[in-house]
Amino acid sequence: MNAIAPLPSEAGTAWPIVRFAGVRKSYDGENLIVKDLDLDIVRGEFLTLLGPSGSGKTTTLMMLAGFEIPTEGTILLGGRNITNLPPHRRGIGVVFQNYALFPHMTIGQNIAYPLRIRGVTATETERRVEEALTMVKLGAFAERRPAQLSGGQQQRAALARALVFRPELVLLDEPLGALDKQLREQMQYELKQLHEELKVTMVYVTHDQTEALTMSDRIAVFNDGRIQQLATPADLYENPLNAFVAEFVGENNRLVGDVVDTGLSAVSIRLADGTVVRGKAVDELRKGDRAVLSLRPERVSLDPTDSFANVLSAPVEKVIYLGDATRLILRVGGSEEFSVKIPNPDDRATMMRGDAIRIGWRDTDCRAFRLANS
Amino acid sequence: MQASLEMMGETEIPKMGLRTLVRRAERRHFMTMLALMAPSVIFVALLFVIPILLFLFRSVDNAEIPTLLPKTAVALDTWRDGEIPGEPVFAALASDLHALKGSPDAALLGRRLNFAVPGYRRLITRTVTSLPGTQMASAKETLAAIDKSWLDPVYWRTLKSQSGRITDFYLLSALDLQRGAGGIEKVSGEQAIFMSLYGRTLYTAFGVTALCLLIGYPVAAVMAAARPAVANWLLSLVLIPFWTSLLVRTTAWVVLLQTEGLVNKVLLQLGVISEPLKLMFNTAGVFIAMVHVLLPYMILPVYSVMKGISPVHLRAAASLGANPATVFRTVYLPLTIPGVAAGCTLVFVLSLGFYVTPALVGGPGDQMIGYFIAYFTNSAVNWGLASALGVFLLLLIGVIYLALGKLVGFDKLKVR
Ligand SMILES: Nc1ncnc2c1ncn2[C@@H]1O[C@H](COP(=O)(O)OP(=O)(O)O)[C@@H](O)[C@H]1O
Ligand SMILES: [Mg+2]
Repeated sequence: MNAIAPLPSEAGTAWPIVRFAGVRKSYDGENLIVKDLDLDIVRGEFLTLLGPSGSGKTTTLMMLAGFEIPTEGTILLGGRNITNLPPHRRGIGVVFQNYALFPHMTIGQNIAYPLRIRGVTATETERRVEEALTMVKLGAFAERRPAQLSGGQQQRAALARALVFRPELVLLDEPLGALDKQLREQMQYELKQLHEELKVTMVYVTHDQTEALTMSDRIAVFNDGRIQQLATPADLYENPLNAFVAEFVGENNRLVGDVVDTGLSAVSIRLADGTVVRGKAVDELRKGDRAVLSLRPERVSLDPTDSFANVLSAPVEKVIYLGDATRLILRVGGSEEFSVKIPNPDDRATMMRGDAIRIGWRDTDCRAFRLANS
Repeated sequence: MQASLEMMGETEIPKMGLRTLVRRAERRHFMTMLALMAPSVIFVALLFVIPILLFLFRSVDNAEIPTLLPKTAVALDTWRDGEIPGEPVFAALASDLHALKGSPDAALLGRRLNFAVPGYRRLITRTVTSLPGTQMASAKETLAAIDKSWLDPVYWRTLKSQSGRITDFYLLSALDLQRGAGGIEKVSGEQAIFMSLYGRTLYTAFGVTALCLLIGYPVAAVMAAARPAVANWLLSLVLIPFWTSLLVRTTAWVVLLQTEGLVNKVLLQLGVISEPLKLMFNTAGVFIAMVHVLLPYMILPVYSVMKGISPVHLRAAASLGANPATVFRTVYLPLTIPGVAAGCTLVFVLSLGFYVTPALVGGPGDQMIGYFIAYFTNSAVNWGLASALGVFLLLLIGVIYLALGKLVGFDKLKVR
């Protein structure tokens, strides 16, 4: 179910910088880790491969970097077949999760390494290393050893090293995974800025959906070796193509029931406790099918008007204070994990456990998918 | 009281008090460590350090002559080299030797003096047995009559130079030097064996270390890159020399390396050689056997360092444009240097002290310093010289360790 999403506007007609065509990968000859991958990467974009651990993101990235050879299929870089080209002849910058700075070299020597390999003159090397160090705000650290730097600084150095030889394409495999939250957010911002300044194509791997949403031009959601959906962050969030994407990206309420009625644009589904709710059918659903409804917590209104297709009363199970907001856990249609978020301060935030409140949502905000194993 | 303590905690302790507290805590920690280590420290001190120091002291110890010839030692004080000593000196010697009559000490003295001048033992034995019991008119004439050698200044020079409690005789001998009429001089050609011995020992140790590195490095690299199951198998193979007894190993070498041995047979069959190679009881045999024994000591530290090298570093280098050879030269090799340094130090130091293996598979001209230490300790019973050789062996190891440490850094010489 590879969905081909629209490419970012102006690049739409350009030849993609990378094309995966029918790529499959198996390590042991039995299990396919990457299944039928077709993917075009647009020149200059920030593409994120998002997915749970083990979904084949790193494998995909390593095939592009040249460290793994596809079992089947071809990979094109700038129109050239690089499927079997060794990594050192690809000219692709790679940033690894654990920085991979050479411990026996100073930060300056680390960054100079790709230039030294390419036989760049000493003065030019010095100039470009300095430029790269300034770019990642490490100007004063050239003489330090990697071990003398903090995690964030090491990651900056690794980034400078991957960028200093001006590759067209930079691959980043969970580069911020080892950093704490605050540092990670700052690095996300800096990385995005670098991307905009340098106009380099970046392919970014993460399992963190927030990171993917904030940084990417496009996101490819991986699961089980397949791209589940390839779309812009907004599109991915608003119009998930299947239950996996709906649940993996953003917060999500999940209601399971049987289809009792199908209309032109909406289906009616009876939940475990008999409540019937209406939602938009994404998959083709017929009467009697098991279906799962997916609904964002922020789309649930506590002041439903009559125009809402779904209005019901739900008892409050839990009240969780989050600082800027309060989360209410409600019992809806037999599900005890239905979450609603109200911004603070709000009188209703003092809601007590057991009280019932009125909630409602539009049928267009609620997406119905066929339950995976039915 | 409570309040004032709290106040101190807030304000005054930081400068002086804190330091005292930390120091006290450290001292307690140190004492605990000391208590835990005491058994091993005492064991090592009693059975290793002290015996070695005592043995090393023998290289300068000169108990025999001053205790067995006390009067002569005093009388010789005024004697000048080159002339025949006067009557008082002869009288003192006659008296000293007379006291040794019938005692085993006479043989001891003779053996000791014989180290310095060959033939001295015979001279002492004959003189002691022939000395008349009665008072003699002239001690000089009596002694000269017993043996003309007593009129040769060489024997007196030895006595005088060896009359102190401490002697440099053994240390000088171990450097092919001796005290002659004109001070310290080289010993004559065929007696000068030790300098070339150090040279040979160093050469063999260097050669064996280089060969071990050459053979061991790729093996360690393969082991480090292999799957765990395969790596364990390779490790057992590497460790087999550790588990086999010297006797079994030697027998194996004989079977393999002798003129009629397996290696020669196979090479002859293959037509690589037309007549058998001599692989035993010569330098080649020593090298083959020593490399065999010492290879694990090279492989293990190198392997353990290689195992610690993250393959991501190698990938990073490749992604930055380095071809495999460059990756090896600029990343892999430098990262393995600590292991190489540790392995080389270990193999080198161990090979400096080898003696059983060269004795078994080497020729007479291949023996190393250890062989001579063993020889002087067990066969020649010249503990002074054995100990002097030990001193220089230790010194050699110390100097090389320091030089290596300066070169690659001491922290890298550790085996981990
Ligand atoms: N070198 C390898 N050999 C065998 N299996 C591997 C190898 N690398 C990854 N795998 C397997 O492939 C699957 C996907 O791994 P990976 O691509 O690293 O996923 P992700 O990066 O999305 O977490 C995992 O189940 C993993 O065990
Ligand atoms: Mg991964």
